[in-house]
Amino acid sequence: MAAILRILPRRLAILALTLWLISLFVFAMTQILPGDAAFMVLGQWATDEALEQLRLELGLNRSLVVQYVDWLVNFIQGDFGKSLTLRVPVKPIVLARLGHSLVLGVIAFVEITILGIFFGVISAIKKDSWFDHLVGTFAFIGVSIPEFVSGSLLILFFSGSVWSILPAGGYVPLSEGFWPWFSRLILPSTALMLVLFAYVMRMMRSSLIEVLRTNYVRTARLKGLKEKTVVFRHALRNAMMPTVTLLLNNFGWLIGGIVIVEIVFSFPGLGRLTIFSIQKRDIPMIQACILLVSSLYIFANLLADMLYMLLDPKTRPDI
Amino acid sequence: MTRETVKKNKKAHSQWLTETGELFRVNRKLFFGTIFVLIFTGLAFLSTMWAPYDPLKFNYIEKFQPPSAAHWFGTDSFGRDVFSRVLNGIPITLITGILAVFITFLISIPLGLLTGYKGGHIDEIMMRINDTFMSIPALLMALLLVSARVSIEQYVELPTFWWVDPYVIIAIGFTMAPRTTRVIRSSAIHLKHEEFIDACRARGESSVYIVFREMLPNVWPTIIVEAGIRISYAIIMGASLSYLGLGASPPAPAWGLMIYEAKSYLYMSPWPMVFPCVALSLVIVAFNLLGDGLRDILDPMSKRALLIG
Repeated sequence: MAAILRILPRRLAILALTLWLISLFVFAMTQILPGDAAFMVLGQWATDEALEQLRLELGLNRSLVVQYVDWLVNFIQGDFGKSLTLRVPVKPIVLARLGHSLVLGVIAFVEITILGIFFGVISAIKKDSWFDHLVGTFAFIGVSIPEFVSGSLLILFFSGSVWSILPAGGYVPLSEGFWPWFSRLILPSTALMLVLFAYVMRMMRSSLIEVLRTNYVRTARLKGLKEKTVVFRHALRNAMMPTVTLLLNNFGWLIGGIVIVEIVFSFPGLGRLTIFSIQKRDIPMIQACILLVSSLYIFANLLADMLYMLLDPKTRPDI
Repeated sequence: MTRETVKKNKKAHSQWLTETGELFRVNRKLFFGTIFVLIFTGLAFLSTMWAPYDPLKFNYIEKFQPPSAAHWFGTDSFGRDVFSRVLNGIPITLITGILAVFITFLISIPLGLLTGYKGGHIDEIMMRINDTFMSIPALLMALLLVSARVSIEQYVELPTFWWVDPYVIIAIGFTMAPRTTRVIRSSAIHLKHEEFIDACRARGESSVYIVFREMLPNVWPTIIVEAGIRISYAIIMGASLSYLGLGASPPAPAWGLMIYEAKSYLYMSPWPMVFPCVALSLVIVAFNLLGDGLRDILDPMSKRALLIG
């Protein structure tokens, strides 16, 4: 355990460096974008004096270096600044949205894990049966359909005019009841998880098939053990490894997919907030959003690496 | 040519044909993938010359018609024929995907090969920068890059053809470049230690020569497999960007845009949304089949088979 933790300081330092570089990049990009927050707030018919006045208030007329350093110093201390367009502190909004996105992501991840492993195992056991072919085809299609397509089709089927059993979007806090909260999470999380589910299922199937061909499994069968014991107590444990690797490595990918799903389902999460703030040129909000999303992504990969080291001692750093 | 050489050439030619045929028969994914891609390419060419109706023509009287003999896919909220629009969307989708991958390779082949071959400090720094760009989720990255279009327009006017948006292509190309650079770089690193490379260095060849005349021909299989995978991603990203309103602008028949527009009118008619969805899925499935098939032939032990991203 201690050996795994040894990689932490270096990785965290790299994380900080990467985030700093990203913030520079985002700042540079926002300066290239046409128009600025003052323009966005007042609209294109605003007079020049009004624009100048607002720019003064928002501090947009200072030099770029000053603006950036000022923002950076505050950010490090935890002050994410004030939204240029909404004039309220950025932090509470961003953190609330982050919570919603995390809920969605975690539910999708749980679905992927349970369903992916389940269907993968059954497909492997019933290799080449109709079940196997059906699930395999479904998986292949699942990989090929973009999230907004599957999201839109899900809305069509479950919230359409013919029969509407699930709401088409939005978010309701848990305090208002379990089903109102949960029913709004089912469709978006399903749209989100389809692609990764397909990969996990395929991986689980192929690794279990491979393990079932090995000599020690043959021994177990020859010993007269029941097939169920052979598969679930012996083979499965070793077949899980590549699948777990796959799951952990691609958790970060979910974070990317969440952006589109949030737009399709009008889900108030971090992804949608990011896109809106880019449209509104709200620099503190853009920075906060992208840095949060990226740090989640990097952190997820770091966690994945550490868990992988936990599971496979060969990958641990030498003493 | 003597009679013998002609006979030998004919035999070699037919051998190539039978070998290719054998390839297609054994590997069904490749076969179907190639067929579908060829069909879509053919339809793309067809669409530039003919369509049942003008894809842009409004016709308010015939709004929201279901599929019929007159309108094979029905009509949308403006009365436009959905089939013609879906048909004209094919070149947009294909060109965006292919050109974006082209740009990606333009960047990542030289970069990946050179940094992989040279190694050392330059390699370290380049890879750090590379990883930084990879840490921003792909869609957000493409978004940021596309948003910069108006500023570029002040300096240089990029042409639009057949409703294809060049800024989207550039944005997607740049977004996929870091990942592809990594893949090509690892091939370069494997090749670096081969003996024939040492021999070249002993001959006194320059690095540029070694990289482009000796290593590149050996990296082609990896590149082709990578191209197959990346075209699917590029098409998905292109469609996502036009769904978000950042790609082609209305009234262009880009499929992402059509799906977005149709979503608001689902209660009136599902058809304007269903058909672009199906078309987009078919194109992506086709390229996935092709990419998987190519990978099975060229690089079956690849770890790429296990990972996304």
